[in-house]
Amino acid sequence: MYQYDKYDHQMLADRVAQFRDQTARFLDGQLADGEFLPLRLQNGLYIQRLAPMLRIAVPYGMLSSTQLRKLAHIARYYDKGYAHFTTRQNVQFNWPQLEEVPDILAHLAEVEMHAIQTSGNCIRNTTTDQFAGVAPDELEDSRPYCEIIRQWSTFHPEFAFLPRKFKIAVCGTKVDQAATQVHDIGIYLVKGPGGDVGFRILAGGGLGRTPVIGQEVFEFVEKKHLLTALEAILRVYNREGRRDNKYKARIKILVKETGLDAFRAKVMDEWSVIKDSQLTLTDEEISRCKAYFVDPPYAALDDRPEALAKPLQSNVLFANWFEQNVRPHKKSGYAIATVCLKETGVAPGDVTDTQLEHIADFADKYSFGEIRVTHHQNIVLADVRQEDLYALFQDLQSQSLASHNLGLITDMICCPGGDFCALANAKSIPIAEAVQRRFDNFQRIKEIGQMNINISGCMNACGHHHVGNIGILGVDKKGEEFYQISLGGSSKNEASLGKIIGPSFAQEEIPDVIEKIVDVYTAQRTSGEKFIDTYNRIGIEPFKESVYAKAD
Amino acid sequence: MPKLIKNGALAPDRWTVLKEATGPEVLQVLLGKNLIVPLKFWKLYRAELNDYPGEIAVWLNSNENVADIAGELNQFSLIALNFPVFSDGRSYTNARALRERYAYQGEIRAIGDVLRDQLFYMSRCGFDAFELRHDQDEAACLQSFNDFTTSYQATITEPRPLFRRRQ
Repeated sequence: MYQYDKYDHQMLADRVAQFRDQTARFLDGQLADGEFLPLRLQNGLYIQRLAPMLRIAVPYGMLSSTQLRKLAHIARYYDKGYAHFTTRQNVQFNWPQLEEVPDILAHLAEVEMHAIQTSGNCIRNTTTDQFAGVAPDELEDSRPYCEIIRQWSTFHPEFAFLPRKFKIAVCGTKVDQAATQVHDIGIYLVKGPGGDVGFRILAGGGLGRTPVIGQEVFEFVEKKHLLTALEAILRVYNREGRRDNKYKARIKILVKETGLDAFRAKVMDEWSVIKDSQLTLTDEEISRCKAYFVDPPYAALDDRPEALAKPLQSNVLFANWFEQNVRPHKKSGYAIATVCLKETGVAPGDVTDTQLEHIADFADKYSFGEIRVTHHQNIVLADVRQEDLYALFQDLQSQSLASHNLGLITDMICCPGGDFCALANAKSIPIAEAVQRRFDNFQRIKEIGQMNINISGCMNACGHHHVGNIGILGVDKKGEEFYQISLGGSSKNEASLGKIIGPSFAQEEIPDVIEKIVDVYTAQRTSGEKFIDTYNRIGIEPFKESVYAKAD
Repeated sequence: MPKLIKNGALAPDRWTVLKEATGPEVLQVLLGKNLIVPLKFWKLYRAELNDYPGEIAVWLNSNENVADIAGELNQFSLIALNFPVFSDGRSYTNARALRERYAYQGEIRAIGDVLRDQLFYMSRCGFDAFELRHDQDEAACLQSFNDFTTSYQATITEPRPLFRRRQ
């Protein structure tokens, strides 16, 4: 993974000093609320319902065991003993004291971490596929380019006060795990006309109040032009994006109102000025960044060793976990294991300080000391020897981390919701728990199969409800919490946005509603058909009829 | 008296900003002063301004585009860009366009809601003069240009991005 050099370290040290000074000025009244607001937001600090919330960047989801231990330390000493993994592959702490935030940032800087631009109207943390570098279907590892984008976007002086937040995702695999098409900019690694790998760049995707799928601005750009192309898009957006209405300020509205062709023409005009400028990437820089993401020293191993085959036959829990949570690896004898943070009764994405330390130990023991955070709020050990999987499983079990529901109906994406977030209209964590309690029989949820439920507590859509097969959105109706259900969303390659089924429901109705939807699906599906395919085939009506049927 | 930072130091201000102007009669009151006038005013009253005994510069609001006067930049020794509120980032892009696209060499002055915590970014985008909001502490503002030792991007103050400078 990327290692800081003296320049990166210096910038982080400067940032901590700067924020310490800003916080001190705020606390003694020299800096007004409104002036401190964007400064603290660009350091990931929100003032929330109960306490400040600090969001820490995990660039493209990569963490070392050293960094995990530092997060555990922060959870223990500055929070209430737990951390929360978000849908942007970041980490949040819900209980820090404002006065202590500069100290937390200093701790983080020691392990090359920070909270820079995790909030505010600026370029946010770049995300990618959690299986980058180990997926068998990868064209090229996306992480070196994510790092290049991270550096370009960090403290970019021109784009610190954009009309609205700005999110970039990069995808290098055939199967899109990064929800690339619903980002302000989505970048695909693709082969160009000459056979060289470069980028296809989409702009104007996004969730939130008006969900939109991104549209193609660059069909193909050579690698060296990546940053100038991005800078051209951002420049047009910064100048022309709407600033009169917060809800129309994202780039998706600009692209829509300008029209794709006219928008592209503006981008090309800006690009023509900077295309071959100093910002053009050099081969040396691409190689330098790639060198941080070379394969770890893999051993020559065979697939399906005895040490795996045997416990698979004798231990049904392990067999379930293996089937759900383990994926094939590009290297024979290795596997990708996902630690699903969706234990029933625990808020999705939450981990305790001790669990973090144990995961760090497991990473050291089994996976070259690295982990990845997924936008599904789970954790990946990407390089586990197949012969070690059973030992890993037992270790995970000992820490209540062996939940084997990955990708199944109880592996929900869920924002912190009204329990924590000041923006929320409704709670979301209790909804997730109620659904998990309803679907508590593993045999049954396995029969239901791949299914994702995404829950957001408000329109801001942190829980990505638009792209859930089943989306649940908390809404406020005359001061009461209600939930709107949508069906048919997907963030995969066939990206689609869910359609609202009808009038919203009270909290206690949700498990029944979900169950009815699932029953329609399982009754109507042909063998092996995914929810999204059944839905596309039969439409929303049968679901509607079942959900709103009057009881006799 | 507004506080002005120019080229990294406090400086006396020999300009007067005409914030709002309805008609050319205002020029009679200000005779002899060097004026920074609104872009619209400059466009409407060019004849009157030609006869004015004093230097003339223009200021653009954040919703105006420097491309609009691209052909006429060389007649100004100063162009001011307004920040109606510090969180409106459009003037950063205008400043960069002036320097990079139009190779403008004169003074680019930040006016309006110009605060300590944004000066460093402004300077990197090509501003070299800053008319501070009245309540800003000058010493702290001067210090803020040194908030960061180095940066990643290619900008006006450092035309090479860090990846071309790393050693």
